[in-house]
Amino acid sequence: MGTLNARDKLRAALLSLLIAVAALAIWHVTTVKPAPTAATGVSAEYAALMGKGAEKTDGLPPPAKVAEAFVHHLGRPFYDNGPNDKGIGVQLAYSLARVGLGFVLAVVVALPLGFAIGMSPLLYRALDPFIRVLKPISPLAWMPLALYTIKDSDISGVFVIFICSIWPMLINTAHGVASVRKEWLNVARTLELKPWRKAFEVVLPAAAPTILTGMRISMGIAWLVIVAAEMLVGGTGIGYFVWNEWNNLALPNVIFAIVVIGVVGMALDALFGRLQRAATYRE
Amino acid sequence: MSTSFLAVEALSKSYVPGAPPVFENLHLSIHQGEFVCIIGHSGCGKTTVLNVLAGLEEPSSGHVLMGGRQINGPSLDRGVVFQGHALMPWLSVLRNVVFAVRSRWPEWSRAQAEAHARKYLEMVGLGHVLQKKPAELSGGMKQRVGIARAFAIEPKMLLLDEPFGALDALTRGMIQDELLRIVRSTSQTVFMITHDVDEAILLADKVLLMSNGPRARIAEVVEVTMPRERTRLTLHHDPQYYRIRNHLVDFLVHRSKDYGDGGPAAAGHDPRHPPVVRPGLEESATVTPLPLERMRPPLAAVPHESPPRLRAQGE
Repeated sequence: MGTLNARDKLRAALLSLLIAVAALAIWHVTTVKPAPTAATGVSAEYAALMGKGAEKTDGLPPPAKVAEAFVHHLGRPFYDNGPNDKGIGVQLAYSLARVGLGFVLAVVVALPLGFAIGMSPLLYRALDPFIRVLKPISPLAWMPLALYTIKDSDISGVFVIFICSIWPMLINTAHGVASVRKEWLNVARTLELKPWRKAFEVVLPAAAPTILTGMRISMGIAWLVIVAAEMLVGGTGIGYFVWNEWNNLALPNVIFAIVVIGVVGMALDALFGRLQRAATYRE
Repeated sequence: MSTSFLAVEALSKSYVPGAPPVFENLHLSIHQGEFVCIIGHSGCGKTTVLNVLAGLEEPSSGHVLMGGRQINGPSLDRGVVFQGHALMPWLSVLRNVVFAVRSRWPEWSRAQAEAHARKYLEMVGLGHVLQKKPAELSGGMKQRVGIARAFAIEPKMLLLDEPFGALDALTRGMIQDELLRIVRSTSQTVFMITHDVDEAILLADKVLLMSNGPRARIAEVVEVTMPRERTRLTLHHDPQYYRIRNHLVDFLVHRSKDYGDGGPAAAGHDPRHPPVVRPGLEESATVTPLPLERMRPPLAAVPHESPPRLRAQGE
């Protein structure tokens, strides 16, 4: 990692391209079918009954079909033709809004609470069993409870994101705050720093790299969970889009959505990676 | 002792209840403008004494008076230079000092605080690295930032916890000279821990010798009876230097362990009034001069390379 020179980087990029081309080629070769002939034994009437023909249900779609889906969706990302027909941009916006809202709520709770836990060994001890039990619960397990008590599928989705992204942030904040170097705290004490100045100008920057690592993990989990949550609650979002296209048996659209989910997840991770680097200090 | 600027009375500290205290019945006083070094082996509680003076640790018993008032916690009146420099690595050199300046004078404007910080950084010869982060500096430069930060708040007293321990010999010598110059020009009162006998003689007006722990105490107060205007390069031309040096080394090597329970020096030693010794001028009864062949002139550039080098790891 890290110390590749420009020539090696170019080589790596070429290799990546080669792998992509090879994968597409294999995909193409294994999925492309000979043009359907009339002598398949299936009557034209039956084929018409089944809609656009039998090819749709037969195995993985070839790359060309998926490429068509890409062109189709990316060409018109923001249309809205009612509940089951929205552009991919609109669906993504719904998902990102839920993730963003749940994540921000988790930050609002996890940061102060993590600070308190990190500062107070007593609180650390007292809350530790609860955190240990709550952390490994799959966020989706909360869904029925959320739907029942909140009675709103949209807010329930946000709640699920909140509950899954709070733990890494809480634990990392507490850990980061608890392990601020004693000598920096001693400097703060000898300078008679007011508590808020100590918190914001010593403890926070000292713990920032650890806190941001927690946020990055949380965001990764939130993006994983939103797809499943939206499949469950339905209505809008990229997860619902995937489920809806599955119900339509439009596999090119499903593959398109999978790629989009990956790319957006990568972008979110890169964003937090950048924040993390900005907060990291060299000792 | 009502004239003293800082007075320590009957101080003791034990970390484990029931176990013998690290030090006990510690009495000392420091006058305004005085430079006091404390020397002793690892584990005698030097750093604890300094932390108590700083207000960072509570003594188990006894108290510390500064200007007649009891010390109850850390204060901007006492600037501390920490052993490991303790700079904030996320702040630039200038910001580190400004951080301290803003604590002292919160009402100052940003420009005012920066100008003040810059002045002290220039004083320690770091005017050219203001925007650098501590990680980009050498160990000696970092420690100079720590010194500038402590001076910049213009404390009534400066506490230095073995500030040059981690530095190489040349850097150490340069910073010692700098510190001496600044302390003299500002008439700063200083309390400093060191493991280095030569450093103590160069800098101090008096050297407190601490016996080994547990139950460490101040065994002697050695007055450095040399002109105050000393320099590292001419120090060893003064015959008085060797008398003091031998006295200190002799204490560390031979006598520091004699003050424990039933030790040969414990009887008749009054921890309230430890003997004040002026080696070479009035020989104290407790002093055993070293045989001549053990006297060796120190190397001018690397004074602390002289034997025996008594440095600790764990403090």
